[in-house]
Amino acid sequence: MLTEFGRVLIFLILGVLFVAIGMATAWVLRPNRPYPSKLTTYECGEVPLGDTRVRFNIRFYVIALIFIIFDVEVVFLFPWATVYQNLGWFAFVEMLVFLGILFVGYAYVWRKGDLDWDKPTPRIPVYEHGIGVREPELHQEEVEA
Amino acid sequence: MGLLDQRFENSNVFVTSMDNLLSWARLSSLWGMQFGLACCAIEMMATGASHYDFDRFGTFFRGSPRQSDVMIVAGTVTLKMASRIKTLYDQMSEPRYVISMGSCSNCGGPYWEHGYHVLKGVDRVIPVDVYVPGCPPRPEALMEGLIKLQEKIRAGSLIQKKTA
Repeated sequence: MLTEFGRVLIFLILGVLFVAIGMATAWVLRPNRPYPSKLTTYECGEVPLGDTRVRFNIRFYVIALIFIIFDVEVVFLFPWATVYQNLGWFAFVEMLVFLGILFVGYAYVWRKGDLDWDKPTPRIPVYEHGIGVREPELHQEEVEA
Repeated sequence: MGLLDQRFENSNVFVTSMDNLLSWARLSSLWGMQFGLACCAIEMMATGASHYDFDRFGTFFRGSPRQSDVMIVAGTVTLKMASRIKTLYDQMSEPRYVISMGSCSNCGGPYWEHGYHVLKGVDRVIPVDVYVPGCPPRPEALMEGLIKLQEKIRAGSLIQKKTA
């Protein structure tokens, strides 16, 4: 007699078999003629350059999240505006409340400084001897010092 | 392994029915490689849209060469694009077919004589199965080209032809 988890086991086995048989059949049947040009990364026909792992600034994450929130807000505004004539004052007040809540979030984000994008000020080293080093552009502070 | 890639000396019931099934499967879902090069691409888009409805032939356009079976070269193949087309053709998986659409990709078209930047026919870089004439061809012409390609695939066989 099967226990409850025995049925889960049967499901697991069937699931693994289903995938394995499918992939094995494809491997037996399909033509297989690999060559370097075919195996290159698909870059719309271009020759791939460099690494696919490109690093983005972490601050894009916060900006993207904030964007999503207000994007969805606009999406909600459209159906509301379409049927606004039939809904009357109640819908108007409801939407004002909704906008108000999001505005509080907006004020919070602004106050926290997440909308500010600080310009990076990298310190470029200046070498005394200047052998084999391209003349770096000096920062304003360094010129004054 | 590539079992379906093999050629058979003798035909029997199994091989011939497999033959029919294989050809039918291949010709019934020819997924197109999605790229347009010039004004022919507008006609190709019109063919894919609802009025001419390319989907009823089992053809719809994919964004990746790995998933597509037929490459419709729609438009002027410039020399710069030719190497890209070669790469894209290489990246398609077999079986792969090519429809050359329009005069430009057939033979250079209006750029035949003075087009310093145009390849004189896409068949100089990749093998072409069907040529569709026109400048640009109407959607009906492209559909006929696809039907010709389907006929060609239907005529293909796993059985080795007797050579005298």
